[in-house]
Amino acid sequence: MRDLAATMTGFARTLRAAGVAADHERTQNLLRAVAHLDVARRDDVYWAGRLTLCATPDDLPRYDRCFAAYFGGRRAVRGPDRTATVTRHLAGGEGDGERGQEPVLATASSIEVLRQRDVAALSAAERAEVHRMLALLRARRERRLSRRLVPAHRGRLDQRRTIREALRKGEVARLRHRDHTTRPRKVVMLVDVSGSMAPYAETLLRFAHAMARTEPRATRVYSVGTRLTPITAELRHRDPGTALAEVSRAIPDWSGGTRLGEELRELLARTSVRGAIVVVASDGWERGDPALLGEQMARLSRQARRVIWVNPHKGHEDYQPLTGGMRAALPFIDDLVAGHSLAAFEELSERLSHARRPA
Amino acid sequence: MDIESPAKLADLLDQHAYLADEGLATAAFLALRMGRPLFLEGEAGVGKTELAKTMALVLDAPLIRLQCYEGLDAAQALYDWDFARQLLHLKAAEAAGITDAGRLEGEIYDRRFLIARPLLRAIETDPAVLLVDEIDRADDEFEAFLLEVLSDFTISIPELGTISARTPPVVVVTSNRTREVHDALKRRCLYHWLEHPSFEREVAILLRRLPACTEALARQVARTAARLRDHGLVKPPGIAETLDWTEALLTLGARDLDPGLAAATLGAALKYREDVESVLGSGVLSRA
Repeated sequence: MRDLAATMTGFARTLRAAGVAADHERTQNLLRAVAHLDVARRDDVYWAGRLTLCATPDDLPRYDRCFAAYFGGRRAVRGPDRTATVTRHLAGGEGDGERGQEPVLATASSIEVLRQRDVAALSAAERAEVHRMLALLRARRERRLSRRLVPAHRGRLDQRRTIREALRKGEVARLRHRDHTTRPRKVVMLVDVSGSMAPYAETLLRFAHAMARTEPRATRVYSVGTRLTPITAELRHRDPGTALAEVSRAIPDWSGGTRLGEELRELLARTSVRGAIVVVASDGWERGDPALLGEQMARLSRQARRVIWVNPHKGHEDYQPLTGGMRAALPFIDDLVAGHSLAAFEELSERLSHARRPA
Repeated sequence: MDIESPAKLADLLDQHAYLADEGLATAAFLALRMGRPLFLEGEAGVGKTELAKTMALVLDAPLIRLQCYEGLDAAQALYDWDFARQLLHLKAAEAAGITDAGRLEGEIYDRRFLIARPLLRAIETDPAVLLVDEIDRADDEFEAFLLEVLSDFTISIPELGTISARTPPVVVVTSNRTREVHDALKRRCLYHWLEHPSFEREVAILLRRLPACTEALARQVARTAARLRDHGLVKPPGIAETLDWTEALLTLGARDLDPGLAAATLGAALKYREDVESVLGSGVLSRA
């Protein structure tokens, strides 16, 4: 057997190649761990590595594969090379306004007309202009009371400051107070990237980017389609073009069908939406069982502070929420809003900043 | 206590009726040996909290529990000053005509006016098992703060100075994974993902914890519990629920899991009306 440390660092490197965050500090932990165990036992080595190098349940299957490959004497398995196989749906293409695109001459009146128009009907240049304005949108948020206390004129007694002052003055001259500060309310946004939403998905994602940029700590975004994909981290890039490119790489199921019911169930199993405003952006063309969607929407509406559904078709005059998915979801929605034009997005943003549960 | 191997630790846990498999025993063993916090993640009811309690029994150390919730802050986790007693002391000093502010300050920021909250208590108690329960419920700001405390087991109090642990406590951090916990915190810890127990282990746990339970009943309950977990429920039953359920069945004098009794006691295993309805409507129970 080769030098133990070299073997273990080699193993950690293999894991890194497979996409597990087995960094330097974790590798050092592994070396410390094996010192306490019996390295001649395969199981001991297995657990030492798993306990120190892994960080999420998603790491575990990769870990098992790498362990079998590395200690089984075969060649290390490589993780799937995502960047090479993913088609670039959004980034750098002709619709991207950040690079190389001829800017439209924006006059006040042309902007006003553009604000009202359906983004699906815009030319590439007009759409770039809308995206540029979305990037400037300050997507503010309703505030909620935080647990944190700050000095205030009324509220709870601030014991620390009162005592400090009493000490200085020799007597309790005045009671000091403190009160709760406010924090932005959390927003969880689901963006449908299935085929039927293709004309709107990019604009919706850019709106999500504006929200994530304005309130980075209080925004979580997922793409939905055939699977639920968290994309908040990808949207953190300041530059919308880069962020969208990252997002397009992260989403594996562009332009497929929609199984919103199952994905909502996964969302609710995996994260907490308590106290959050949940924004679902979808046309409700549900491929799965509408009954399941209805059930999950019911759970969602019981847990979330408020559920806003964004349906681009709502912007059309003769729109009726008739799709199976839409009908199943409708009873559990607090607000059904359009999401087809810049004006609609501004209105949505307005609602998020003054959201109150309707009586 | 000298615990020389994971197997030995598993034995000791077993003596307190906690059956740990090899992975969990190794995780707890390394946490002890390396002085690292153990980060236990997994669905509710797989026995995360229970491990911390049993570790406290094994080590004969007090269990100090910090239950996390949204808005938990340093004053509730670390320490606070006893304001009422401080004020009384000031009043008494005033009555006695003591006006020397420097002296008064020294007096009211004395250790005896300090209220130790769980983290400070864990650092001052030797030995101790510290359970930081459901870290995913606390705000993410709290993680950064916890990371600091867990890194050097030292708390500095501006008015009093620095308090360090003589022996760092054994720390168990649990998460139900309703939120992704920051990697910096996990990196300090040993990470273990806890699954529902295997069929054989669940049977063994039922028999170990409920001496009145027959092997036949334990096997039927464990088999049904496994099926319930595959049934797409809002809240699949954990080992705690299976134990409750078996106990309910035993209380009713059950020797077999007959469908009627199973249905009557289902509330011990399932905690959502939708789940109960879905199970009763499906015939899962009649195949016990």
